[in-house]
Amino acid sequence: MASSHELSCQELVELVTDYLEKTLSPEDRARFERHLSVCPGCVTYLEQIRQTSALAGRISEESIPPEAEENLLRAFRDWKSRPRE
Amino acid sequence: MTPSNSDAARSSSEGTSGNQADPRLLEALRQGDEDAFTALIEQYQPALVRLATVFVGSRAVAEEVAQETWLAVLQGIDRFEGRSSVKTWIFSILGNRARTRGQRESRSVSFSALASSELTSDEPAVEPERFRPVDDQWAGGWVSFPRSWEDLPEDRLVSRETMSHVRAAIAGLPPSQREVMTLRDVEGWASDEVCNVLGISETNQRVLLHRARSKVRRALEVYFATQ
Repeated sequence: MASSHELSCQELVELVTDYLEKTLSPEDRARFERHLSVCPGCVTYLEQIRQTSALAGRISEESIPPEAEENLLRAFRDWKSRPRE
Repeated sequence: MTPSNSDAARSSSEGTSGNQADPRLLEALRQGDEDAFTALIEQYQPALVRLATVFVGSRAVAEEVAQETWLAVLQGIDRFEGRSSVKTWIFSILGNRARTRGQRESRSVSFSALASSELTSDEPAVEPERFRPVDDQWAGGWVSFPRSWEDLPEDRLVSRETMSHVRAAIAGLPPSQREVMTLRDVEGWASDEVCNVLGISETNQRVLLHRARSKVRRALEVYFATQ
């Protein structure tokens, strides 16, 4: 990307992850934020990506089935009672 | 009031800062503290099975690999020097077991090869038709702005139905995008932990996460537009 070129919306949407991960160069980050300051559409888009990530974070991981847990605890007790040097 | 050893197991799962709880967790396990072990398996077993399934294809085999992993963890715990976090150590054992098993069952695809195959083509985050064409005065600008989700009532945004759409969208992703987004966003792993466990570069991890989130955002946009 030419260094003096301002971002289009189409370019910005490709950079949102880099922006949120904080891996943009200082120049790209400045261009990104300049664009946001004049473009409500991209502000909305960035917010939607944040919300998507946050919603994913609300998914609760499935829990371990009781039989699997019992098996592993049995293995643990066996290990625990092993002879030690 | 000192935190319990099962708290140590839980906090060791939360990003790299969890390393601080590791020494206490390791000591508890070495002492045969069953609560600490229970908390550990409750925390990691689902992710171990899910990740192993990506390597070995079948859930049943993945569960065996996870079992082998825990046994290897217990057998190795006295010798474990703590140079990596407990979490990284557990998952690298899983990775080795799963790869060995995958090879034995002729499914020897490494995660990075899987990821590479998904990264060969270009995939725009948003369909090009949503932007003004090259010859337009406002080339590259939105044809129409995305509709903000702020206008939705709060309970709609986080409803059970929304969550089932999020779940379905993630489940429908190509495997490496699904795994990266699950580890990063669903389970809150740090970027370097994901890269270590999956054996992929930071750049590839970022691209996979980018594509995954773009697709899930799009699926949510479609769903919310019907509300």
